[in-house]
Amino acid sequence: MKYTLPIGPVHPALKEPVLFEFELNGERIANVDIKLGQVHRGIEWAGMRRNPVQILYLAERICGICSVSHPFAFSMAVENAAGIEVPERAEYIRVIMAELERIHSHILWAGVAAHEIGFDTVLYLTWRVREKVLDIIEYLTGNRINKAIFMIGGVRRDITKEQIPKVREALDYYKGLFNKLVKIFLHDKTIKMRTEHVGILTKEDALKTCAVGPTTRASGVPKDVRQDYAYSAYADLNVKAITPDIYRKKFAGDVYDRIIVRLFEVKQSIQIIEQCIENMPGGEIVSEPKIPKLLAILKKAVGEGIGRHEAPRGEVFHYVKLDGKEAPYTWKARAPTYNNVLAWIPMLKGEQIADIPIVAASTDPCISCTNRVSVIKGRNKYTLTKEELHKLSVEKTRGMRNGIL
Amino acid sequence: MTPEQIVYRFKSQFGDKIKTVKIETKEAAVKKNKFSIVWLRIDREIFRDAVKTLTDIQQFPHLSVVSGNDLGDEIELLYHFTVNYGEHLKEIPVNICVSVPKSDPKIPSICDLIPGALITEREKQEMLGVEVENIPDSRRIFVPDDFPENVYPWRKDEKGIPESMIKKLYEVK
Repeated sequence: MKYTLPIGPVHPALKEPVLFEFELNGERIANVDIKLGQVHRGIEWAGMRRNPVQILYLAERICGICSVSHPFAFSMAVENAAGIEVPERAEYIRVIMAELERIHSHILWAGVAAHEIGFDTVLYLTWRVREKVLDIIEYLTGNRINKAIFMIGGVRRDITKEQIPKVREALDYYKGLFNKLVKIFLHDKTIKMRTEHVGILTKEDALKTCAVGPTTRASGVPKDVRQDYAYSAYADLNVKAITPDIYRKKFAGDVYDRIIVRLFEVKQSIQIIEQCIENMPGGEIVSEPKIPKLLAILKKAVGEGIGRHEAPRGEVFHYVKLDGKEAPYTWKARAPTYNNVLAWIPMLKGEQIADIPIVAASTDPCISCTNRVSVIKGRNKYTLTKEELHKLSVEKTRGMRNGIL
Repeated sequence: MTPEQIVYRFKSQFGDKIKTVKIETKEAAVKKNKFSIVWLRIDREIFRDAVKTLTDIQQFPHLSVVSGNDLGDEIELLYHFTVNYGEHLKEIPVNICVSVPKSDPKIPSICDLIPGALITEREKQEMLGVEVENIPDSRRIFVPDDFPENVYPWRKDEKGIPESMIKKLYEVK
C-alpha cells in the first residue's frame, strides 16, 4: 500500500528548512516532491534598494557559511559591469579566504554527516579540529564567520608577513591530520555500510539536472569553476577538479563518493593556500580605498556583469545590471543548492526512510555559528570573552533599569 | 570551440535574428590568462532553436540560472549558460538574452532540452509574471501559497510589490 510522509519544513532530521513529501511503498521511497521557500527573505528585492557597497554586506549574510563566496561572486559581477580592475595582490588574498572557507565548510559537513548516521563521537572530533581553521580566519579577518573582507575592487585587509607563520602552522596541522580523517571516514566499517550504494546520482542525471559542486563531481563530472574558468588568482594556479577516482577506480556517485570528494578537496585547499602564500605579488589591495569615491564611480557606471565562484557547495552565480543610479537596476543571486535540489529526486528514489537524513545531508546543509565577538581597531585586537560579554550585558540591563527607575 | 567560433555558429545559422553580439575578453591575475564572456541578444521566435544549437556544441550545456530585467514595456530574460566546462580554463559563459513584451509575456520551456531548468523557470513565472509554455510543473516554488495573484516581486510597474505589503521593521513599535 502506498502512503505519503511529509518531512519538514522543520524537522530534527533536517538541518535546513525544506519540505519533502515522500510517496512511500512500504519502507521504500517511490517518489518525492520538494517544496522550497520557507526561508525566502526577499534579499534580491532588498538589494535593489541599496548601493553596491551595502549589498556586499547583505550578500555576506545570504548563507551562514558562504560568507566569502557570495561577496566574491557579487564583487566580480559589479567589477565586470563597471569595468573595475582588481589589484593582483587582492586576487590572491581573495583566494586564500575562499579556500579557508572551504576547509571549514567541508570539515563541518563531515561532522554533520557522521551525526546523521548516529556516529556522534566523529561529530565531536571533526568539529573540534575545525576550530583551528576558524581561529586562523579570525586571526586574519577579525571574525570567525562573517569576515567582511571583501570590497568592490579588492579586499579590506592585507595579510602581512608576520601573520604567515601562524597560517602555515595551521596548514601543517591539517596536513598531519589528513591521514587520520581518511582512516576514519573511508575505512570505517559503519560509515561504509551506511554510505556505500546509498543516494546514488548517476553521471547522466548529474549532467541533466545541472548539479554543481561536490554533488556533481562525486558522480564523475569534472565540473569546477576554479578549474574551468580563468577568474581571480585561480587562473594562475592550475586547479584540477576532484572526482572520486582519485581514491577508488570504480565509483558509483553515492554518498561515500561525496565524502571522498570533500575530504580530498580539503587537501587541495591546503595546497592552494600554500601556493598563494608563496607566489603572492606585492602592491595595493584595493583599487579605490575611499568608499565615497568608489560609490561615486559606481553611481555613474552603466552596464551588466556576471560573477561566478566555486563555493564549498558548488557554483555561486551573481548577475548585476547597473543603470547609473545609486542602487543596481537588477541583482540576481543564485546559491549552489538551488541547482542541487533537482538532483535530490533521483538520489532519494528507491531508498529507505532511514536513509533520508544522510542522503539529504549529502549535498551539504549549512548552520551558521557565532559565539563570541572580536573587536579589531587597526592592528590591535582584543577578544571579548563570554564572561566579559555577560558582564557588559548585565551592565546594560542595570543601566537601562536605572534610566527607567 | 572559441568564443568567436560560437558567435559565428549562431550568426551563420540565425542571421539577423541575432540582434546584438558582444564578446568580453579579460585577463586574470598575474599570469594574465584570458577569459571571455559571450552575450547574445536574440529574437524570441528562434529561442528554442538557439538553445538546441547550444546542445549541439556540448550535449549538456550548464545552465547556471535565468535572471530577468523589467525594462518597462518588455521583460528581458537572461539565460546564463556555460559550455566547454570540465577542461582547464576552457569554459565560456554564453548569456542568451530574450525580450518578451509585457502584453504577451510568453516564453517556451526548455525543460525537455535541459531538465535542470525547471526550478529557475518556475521562479521566473512567480517573480516576473512570465508564462513559461509547456512547463512540466507550473506550481509556485519560492513564494508562499497565500501570496496574492498578479503580484510579481521583481516587476518595477504596478504589478510589483505594493507599498501596502512592505513591513518596515524599524517603524514597528
